[in-house]
Amino acid sequence: MNKIKCECGHINPEGTVLCESCGKPVEQNQHIDGNKHNKLLNMRYDGSARRSQTYNKSFVDKIWNFFSSVKVGVWLIAITLLASSLGTIFPQEMNNQSSLPADEYYEVNYGLAGKIYYQLGFHDLYGSWWYMLLIASIGISLVICSIDRVVPLYRALKKQKPVRHESFLKRQRVFGEAEHVTDEEKETLLKQLKERRFKVMEQDGHLLAEKGRFSRWGPYVNHIGLIIFLIGALLRFVPAMYVDEQLWVREGETEVIPGTEGEYYIKNEDFFVEMYDENDERYKEAIQKEGGSVPKNYQTNAVLYQRTDDSLPGAQPELEKVKEGSIQVNRPLKIDGFALYQTTYQLNEFKSMSFKLHEKDDPNEESLGEITVDLIDPKQEYKLDNGYRVVLDKYYPEFKMENGEPITESKYPRNPALVFNIYTPENPNDPEVSMLGVGFNIDPSESNDYKLGITNVEMRDVTGLTITKDLTLPILGIGGFIFMIGVIQGMYWNHRRIWVQPRENGLWIAGHTNKNWYGLKRDIQQVIAGTNIPEPNDQLERKE
Amino acid sequence: MANKNKKKNRLIFRVIVLIVLAAATVFALYSTLTKDDQEVIQEGDQAPNFQLKTVNMEQETMSLGELEGKGVMLNFWGTWCPPCKKEMPYMQELYPEYKEKGVEIVAVSLDDSRLVIEDFLNEYGLTFPILHDKTYQVNDAYGVGYLPATFFINEDGEVVKKVVGGLTLDKLEGHLKEIVPES
Repeated sequence: MNKIKCECGHINPEGTVLCESCGKPVEQNQHIDGNKHNKLLNMRYDGSARRSQTYNKSFVDKIWNFFSSVKVGVWLIAITLLASSLGTIFPQEMNNQSSLPADEYYEVNYGLAGKIYYQLGFHDLYGSWWYMLLIASIGISLVICSIDRVVPLYRALKKQKPVRHESFLKRQRVFGEAEHVTDEEKETLLKQLKERRFKVMEQDGHLLAEKGRFSRWGPYVNHIGLIIFLIGALLRFVPAMYVDEQLWVREGETEVIPGTEGEYYIKNEDFFVEMYDENDERYKEAIQKEGGSVPKNYQTNAVLYQRTDDSLPGAQPELEKVKEGSIQVNRPLKIDGFALYQTTYQLNEFKSMSFKLHEKDDPNEESLGEITVDLIDPKQEYKLDNGYRVVLDKYYPEFKMENGEPITESKYPRNPALVFNIYTPENPNDPEVSMLGVGFNIDPSESNDYKLGITNVEMRDVTGLTITKDLTLPILGIGGFIFMIGVIQGMYWNHRRIWVQPRENGLWIAGHTNKNWYGLKRDIQQVIAGTNIPEPNDQLERKE
Repeated sequence: MANKNKKKNRLIFRVIVLIVLAAATVFALYSTLTKDDQEVIQEGDQAPNFQLKTVNMEQETMSLGELEGKGVMLNFWGTWCPPCKKEMPYMQELYPEYKEKGVEIVAVSLDDSRLVIEDFLNEYGLTFPILHDKTYQVNDAYGVGYLPATFFINEDGEVVKKVVGGLTLDKLEGHLKEIVPES
């Protein structure tokens, strides 16, 4: 490694642009910060040697240097932005609410564009490996860029000396010369620097006045916050940290809460939708404008249970009631870090049907007995008085005729149809067959003496809940908070430096700040007030 | 000498930082790609034990643990599912032969209504054990999404083969052969 020895005697690492000690430009390295042809110095990172631009030997160094480039980082961010926006053109697979599989959905709905979209993998963009790789690369770039800049910058700011090379001062943006300066004036200058809360270092009559160096660490604090944020996002992949599940529960039923490893159960006591009162003076007008009824509340009254035994999946668990309460939109019921949100519902699923048996030609339809069939888990046989007996022979929860055969389309009682065998005292072994459903009551033999008639239908509602658990939120919060501290640190403080160099009878004065040049110039004005030192020039302004 | 050490330290530092970052990246990628399969039992996994009510047996409940030492064909089905209905006769056809050889066929119905299941097995004349998973707990433990889903489990309780969708008689027999216990 070739160290660079400056004429001031300081030994700088390879790649140094401005001597760490005296600030003299290192001739052969001026191209790095592009100030070869400029009169003014580029003060970026205080001219320190960024490692990325020096060693490029081993494989590890090559990878390191790739990610250490800010240019690469900016490109990664640009590509990610572009990809993210492309992902919003058509719905993502997980949100498209279609029964079609993805390979058909996009082509059917969006034609050729949709097909290309699907084949390029944009249908599941945010879960695709290359998108993850982009995000990860941004994270890596963030870490390596920061390390490679914060260390040399820290070093350079720590090593700087009040005695600076002539050319360093001359090539600062704010620079001025005073021909004659008395000792009193120098005293006043020093005093006023301290009054302006500059930290002043002195060496052989040379002054370095500095304040707000802490502002320079803002971007790195900000990056630490971002990295913590990314770690939080990464932890969402750990099931114990993050749960997001759906659950349907019928009124009166108890279900295991997904994501809780079978530990918690929920019973839906009641679900209801409330509407705003159309006769209420306050809402009348708005409801009419809306052209119908407006929902006011969706609510599930629930009981939560905890399992107290260690039984196997499928076995009847022993449950203990642990909590009771209501779930409304945005008002979840919480237990042990899990939150149960009201997200959807289904009204009026069939729960049970009641029938009465009567003689077919009886004009009064006088009841020979009533039965109630539970449509979720019906009983087979129903005994009536006087020797009548009804047997449920076939049950189709969601009835449909297909190729002349009755079938059920699902197990949910959405369109129940039932086939009964009716045993009567006259014919105890030879039943009459009767088929009933929503809107039909068929006597297949057309010779029945008895008939079953629907007397009552009980309905119930099904509630749709979302179960969430997110232990990564505090981490995301801390990350965001540190991020903001970094932003504030970098934005609201300025790193200002003023150099004063004694000349034969007078002095030179130069200033640098990382932002807000107006503030620096005002500082200098106040520092030289009451002396004959002329106000330094802004060399950038003069050029214009 | 000091120079050399410094260089070496820098390399070590860079390697450590890169390894940590690479590990985080691999974790993120792996988690993304396996997200859907995380709660799904795969081939090579140990079949989770369960206990369910029986539909057509004298004993009231049955657990997978009871069948230790036998090959088990575990079939998830529903009466409303046409391909499930189609493969049932094949299972019945092969059942007596493979029971002799030490393979048990267990069909877990996801229906709500016991009556519907009973009707179905009377109609099809099924004699192998039918279990009733009304609460979907076993379904969820195995991560079954589409029906029918069939797990072929060997005598050590390991899932040798998993088939989602209907089976033909030939395929069914081929997979049953794979789980015939050795002894």
